Amino acid sequence: MAEYQNIFTQVQVKGPPEMGMDETGNLSSERTKSTRNNTWLGYIGNAQLGPIHLGMFGVVSIYLFFVWFFLVGFAMLQQVNFDFALFIRTLFWLSLNPPPEEYGLSFPPINDGGLYMIASFCLLFSVLSWWVRSYLRANELGMGKHICWAFAAAIWLFLVIGLFRPIAMGSWSEMVPYGIFPHLIWTNNLSVAWGNLFYNPFHALCIVFLYGSALLFAMHGATILATSRLGGDRELEQIYDRGTASERAALFWRWTMGFNASMEGIHRWAWWFAVLVPITGGIGILLTGTVVDDWRYWAVEHGFATEIEYSVPESTLLGE
Amino acid sequence: MALLSFERKYRVPGGTLIGRDLFDFWVGPFYIGFFGLMTIFFASLGTLLILWGAALQGTWNPFLISINPPALEYGLQFAPLRDGGLWQIITICAHGAFIAWLLREVEICRKLGIGYHVPFAFGVAIFAYTSLVVIRPVLMGAWGHAFPYGIFSHLDWVSYTGYAYINFHFNPAHWVAITFFFTTTLALALHGGLVLSAANPETGKESKSPDHEDTYFRDFIGYSIGTIGIHRIGLLLALNAGFWSAVCILISGPAWIFPEGSSWVEWWNWWPRLTTFSEAQYQETMTFINSLEWTQ
Repeated sequence: MAEYQNIFTQVQVKGPPEMGMDETGNLSSERTKSTRNNTWLGYIGNAQLGPIHLGMFGVVSIYLFFVWFFLVGFAMLQQVNFDFALFIRTLFWLSLNPPPEEYGLSFPPINDGGLYMIASFCLLFSVLSWWVRSYLRANELGMGKHICWAFAAAIWLFLVIGLFRPIAMGSWSEMVPYGIFPHLIWTNNLSVAWGNLFYNPFHALCIVFLYGSALLFAMHGATILATSRLGGDRELEQIYDRGTASERAALFWRWTMGFNASMEGIHRWAWWFAVLVPITGGIGILLTGTVVDDWRYWAVEHGFATEIEYSVPESTLLGE
Repeated sequence: MALLSFERKYRVPGGTLIGRDLFDFWVGPFYIGFFGLMTIFFASLGTLLILWGAALQGTWNPFLISINPPALEYGLQFAPLRDGGLWQIITICAHGAFIAWLLREVEICRKLGIGYHVPFAFGVAIFAYTSLVVIRPVLMGAWGHAFPYGIFSHLDWVSYTGYAYINFHFNPAHWVAITFFFTTTLALALHGGLVLSAANPETGKESKSPDHEDTYFRDFIGYSIGTIGIHRIGLLLALNAGFWSAVCILISGPAWIFPEGSSWVEWWNWWPRLTTFSEAQYQETMTFINSLEWTQ
């Protein structure tokens, strides 16, 4: 039995590299020309690395990302007075911080949040540029835009946290600091300041879809691996022309829980579960501090939490 | 009816672990087997006990029903039914139902001649649950350290337990678990989206092949893991999310690992300790850290 469990690829075949489909006739000329093989990647999936498409939006995106990255690094170095030993010792504590509250929605001085705003601007346009790339790559291959719209859902949450909510709150100080520990403190304080985010129903939905996504991928990945002996991993072929792998995968779940998806349908479940994580999460964050200022009180008012008080140690309110 | 057009030829006897052909039958779409009956027994008993607990509690509001574990004073003993005993029996029922469900999945795998990946994955989920309600309470010496069974009462428990360690976001295993959860969701969106975008191309275009899938991802990020690889990595990411969730709570509480009341924020001081070469230098570094805006 063990030899059919298909945990890793035991025999790696090396042929000529796959240089990719070319639906427009000029895609090949826009790609890098060489590929590499990595044996370790080959144990899990394809061994081939590259080629990659070179396009304006990709290059702009990577460039702006590194501008953001180095601005954050520069600000952290400034925090330690360019003392590299202290930088290593305190890296996780350092951050590039958003402007203080008093500047509201105006542009702050460069040393008091201005650099943060410039860095954020770079990050925003880096992400948006990568989103355009996700659209163009699918378009030129004549494929659907499902990945592009899923990415847009993630960008919705990103925009809520960094743009829409700060505007609704009237201050850029609501944005997230760029640093390892400081962004954790921000996350913690957002919950503590607005009466415990656990009582925000959209936060609850977001977590349900997050855990649901892990559950679905475990179920789906395991089902496909379990039927891979019969060609279960050839999903597109199984969608177009159902075979025994698809039938057994469906029957496994039908017999287990009385319901099954189809080979195509499971990918719709997957897409929606993953996409609803940032959509519901974004709604929850947008309402926090703008429409609702105490989620626990809100829950008590609506009859699904009791009046029991849970004490929160004052020391958890760091930075408040 | 419950039978799919191709289903009849798969409904063959055999593959059972216990009971030969005694329980080897279906009811509607459901396969039963010995472990199906066990699941029904434990799940029904557990549900009835929850309803009884709700009646004792005096509420039928599903958000407020809460079956609480025994008070800390009972330690690892059995508690009176009204005082946590119900929680104890329900926990036993939950384990009975979950483990029976896992073994029933094994029987179905054997019947269909497919691998055991799904029951194995379910085993990781059971481990995460067991670590919260059995392993950690036993390590800490009282059932009272487990979480209550209720929609909002378990959220209160998560909140309370997190703050018992000052700020749970600083627990490094919690980082790993969250990173795995987020990455699993990202990978799921990418995989679901990729298959749908190949099977549902632009109107009027021919549907696409796995070669298009590979091409899209190589164009996009320079690497395509491939059709089998994405399911391996997806399963691996999801299982790690569950596994590290269990680790992050198991290392919070047991006295010889990380006692209750200690701070995950301060735990990180090992790093400045390690990278400084004298007590004075360490104090200097800590003074600097404590002078940062967010630590005020």
